[in-house]
Formats: sequence, C-alpha cells, structure tokens
Amino acid sequence: MHSLSASYGTNIVLQDVNFRVNESDFIGVIGPNGGGKTTLLKIILGLLKPVKGTMVFNEELINGNSIGYLPQMSTGDINYPVTVTDIILSGLMIRKSVFSGMSSSDKIKANTVIDELGLSGMSKSTLNELSGGQMQRVFLGRAIIGDPRLLLLDEPGNFVDTTFENDFYEKLKDLNKRMAILMVSHDVGTISSHIKSFACVNKSLHYHPSHEITNEDLLAYGCPIQLVTHGDVPHTVLKYHK
Amino acid sequence: METSIFQYGFIIKGLLGAIFASITAGLAGTYVVSKRMVFLSGGITHASFGGIGIGYFLGINPVAGAAVFGIMSALGVEYLSVKQKIREDSAIGILWAFGMAIGIIFIYLTPGYTPNLMSYLFGSILTVSKADIMALGIMSVILILYFGIFYRTILYISFDEAFARTYSSYVDVFKYITTSLIALTIVLNIRMAGVVLVISLLTIPPNIAMLFTRVYLKIVVWSIIAGFVGTATGYAISYYAGIPVGATIIFTLVIIWVLAKMATLLIIKISKLNQL
Repeated sequence: MHSLSASYGTNIVLQDVNFRVNESDFIGVIGPNGGGKTTLLKIILGLLKPVKGTMVFNEELINGNSIGYLPQMSTGDINYPVTVTDIILSGLMIRKSVFSGMSSSDKIKANTVIDELGLSGMSKSTLNELSGGQMQRVFLGRAIIGDPRLLLLDEPGNFVDTTFENDFYEKLKDLNKRMAILMVSHDVGTISSHIKSFACVNKSLHYHPSHEITNEDLLAYGCPIQLVTHGDVPHTVLKYHK
Repeated sequence: METSIFQYGFIIKGLLGAIFASITAGLAGTYVVSKRMVFLSGGITHASFGGIGIGYFLGINPVAGAAVFGIMSALGVEYLSVKQKIREDSAIGILWAFGMAIGIIFIYLTPGYTPNLMSYLFGSILTVSKADIMALGIMSVILILYFGIFYRTILYISFDEAFARTYSSYVDVFKYITTSLIALTIVLNIRMAGVVLVISLLTIPPNIAMLFTRVYLKIVVWSIIAGFVGTATGYAISYYAGIPVGATIIFTLVIIWVLAKMATLLIIKISKLNQL
C-alpha cells in the first residue's frame, strides 16, 4: 500500500497511508472510531477504491487464495436455513465461478476446518442453534477455508463473549503460523498479547514494528488516555509517533 | 360421453396446474421465505393488478400486463429503497396500492363487461387456459435450471449479501434476476390462486417444510411436495363441493400446516416422555 488516500465524498478518511504486510505478521490495527480502520479494511478487500495511491499485492496474493475476511458482525441472517458446512464452504466462492458447485474435496476441506475449530458434530446445524462463540468460529472457518495468505479480522472481540475470547486468540496464534493476520480493534485493552506489531490509524497511519514499551501512541485518540488496572496485568505501551 | 371427455381434460388441466404451481411456488417460495421477502412479494402481487387492468383496457392478455407490472414493481422497490433512500416497507406499501389503483381505474374505464375479473382476484381453474398451463410449465423449467445451475451463488448471496460482495461483483445482477423471476412466478400463479391469495401459495409450503428440516435444498423439495398435495387436494375438493378453487387450495394448505405443526409438537412430547 503506497501513499494511499481514501474518502467518502469530500470527507477524507485516510491520507497518505504507507503500509506493508509481510508474511507471518500479526498486526493489530488500532485507533478511535471513525479514524479509518474499517476504511482501511475495505480498501484491502477491494470494496472501496482509493482516490489516490496504489495497493500492490505480491504474486501469490493475486493468484486465487488471497484474503480471508471475518466481518465485524455477522451480516448473515442467523435464522437463515443454511448449515454450518455450507457457510464455511462459501469461503471458497472467491475462487469459483458463479456456475460451479462444491466438489467432494471441497467438502472434505470443510470438514477439516470444522474439526480444527472444534465444531465437530455441528456441521449440519444452523446458526440459530449455536452459541455466540461457536458462530464466530463458523465465520472464522469461512475466512480460512481457502488457506488465505492474509487474514483480515474486523473487531473480533465484538461478538464473542470473554469465555471464548482466549480460545479464539489461541486459535489465531496457531493460524498465524500459516498466514499473516491483520486485526482491527478499537479496544486496545482487549487486544491480544499474541500481536506482534501495531498500526495506529487516525486519518494517517503510524506503524509500530513491535510492542516496545514507552508512553504513548494513544495520541491518536486525541485525548489523554490512562491505563487503569489491578495487579499483574501484562500491558503494552507504544512509543510516540515520530 | 361428452361430459366424461370434458371431465378428463379438466382433471389433466388441474393436475398439470397443480404440479407446475407447486414447483414454481416451492422454488420461489423457499427463497422468499428464507430471505424474509414475503411483504415484498405481496407488494409485487398486488401491484401487478395494475397490469391486469391495463391489459383489459387495451384488449391484450392481462397476464402479460401483470408480468410487466410485477417485474417493474419489484425493481421499483429496489430502486426507491436503495437509490432514493425511501424505507423499503414504505416503498412496497406505496407501489402495492398504486398498482391496485391503476388496475381499478382501467377496469372501470374498460367499456362493457369485464369477464374473468373475479378469477384474477380470487383465482379459478375454470378460466385457466392451455396457454396458462404451458407458461407455468416453462416457468418451472426455467426456475429448476436457474436454481440448479446457480444454487451456491444464489444461496450465499441471499444468506450474506455483504460478505458475497467481498468476493463477487455479480451480487446485484443475481439479486435482480432472482427477484424478477419471483415476480414472474407470482404473476403466472395468479391464474391459479388469484391476486389476493397467491402469496400463501408461496409462503405456506416452505413453512410446512421448515417444521421438519432446516436445510435449504430439503426445504425446496418438501415444499414442492406439500404444495402439490395441498393444491391437488384443494382442487379436488373445490371441484366436488363447487366452491372457489383458490380459496380451497389455501384453506387446505393451512390445514396441512396446522396438522404438521401439531405432529411436530407431538413428536417432541413423545421424545420427552421416552427420556423420562
């Protein structure tokens, strides 16, 4: 992504953003609401065209598998009569033409993902029979079935309850061995300790190559931020933007 | 002798009508019910009455007029709600009444007696022509091919449109085609059940099926079967009792739905008793 800007009408949301995701990165994208985090994702997904600048994928990304995406909230209707297996299979549609169905190897692949995410026995269930955490894993399954090189997560903490959260982040750590992860979160507090680096988005983008300890970054929030905690809570404070 | 030949043709017509009506209504109805488009479908149905009125006035086939109005109103709702930011349910309500108003005005302006008007409102197998049955038959083939070939694409767009947009640029194309085909299905079935009742032909069978399965494809199959049983039975009852066919079909379908619902409740109760 090179000196890229995006806007809705005359409202510039992102300006001169330079950003690079490498293999095996685990980047947390943070910043205030309305700061442009979701816009950044939309541009990466190709849903929004940048008004300026370019985005370059390496060859592997362009060829087929490309990107897995876990939306902020499920946009699907949870009462829709569609099974877990079918939802996960829909993650393969990116590689298929509108004419094609699913092969038996696709279905085997779906079963592997179902087992991997601990959804065994639920393959024939519909979403309204599942818990919130299970639902989120179904949508994660949909995002990873195509073996993407880059996994985009939009506010994954939003629709999962805390009991599932640890499991979920453990799962992401596993997945990170196979794919780069870009995770958007407006809640720095709950961002997982598995994250390797941060990007702060508030119109512009600041990249912090690791979680170094100093005091700030939260300037992006445009107001003083204080960390309030009890006892042995691991925490990360980032350097000032240069 | 003449009566028996007449009866024979009548039964064949009714049987074919029942088969094609249940196939088209089952395929379109499962989509409509799953995607919660029942109100939109009701709007399409009533708006198409405008086309029936204009058809009478101009002396052309009212079904052709209804087809044009049906598709236009379906796309009109989409246009008003997406492009003009009018709330979808309001847009439906406006086009629903507007179509009915046009229909009433043009039928009033049509000189002389307007035959079969009641059959369009309430449905009547007596006035269903060979051409109507053939049109339904062709529609059945089109829908089977369309849903068969594009099953996954249609299912996934309908389940999660926003996600589908991240991988496909054909989302809108499929939405418009599917909605237009549903409008056509509704219009062609108006001859069977009438403007007032046709929506139930689409909604009751999938709801019977959904009592027993939550898998889309199975819902389609079972709603076609339930639709056929209901339509054929209703047709037979209406024939022997001499009561209006559309109303009898819908009545029969609702009875089947109630019985099926009671059966599922009974099954749950028995399985609970067995657990004790």
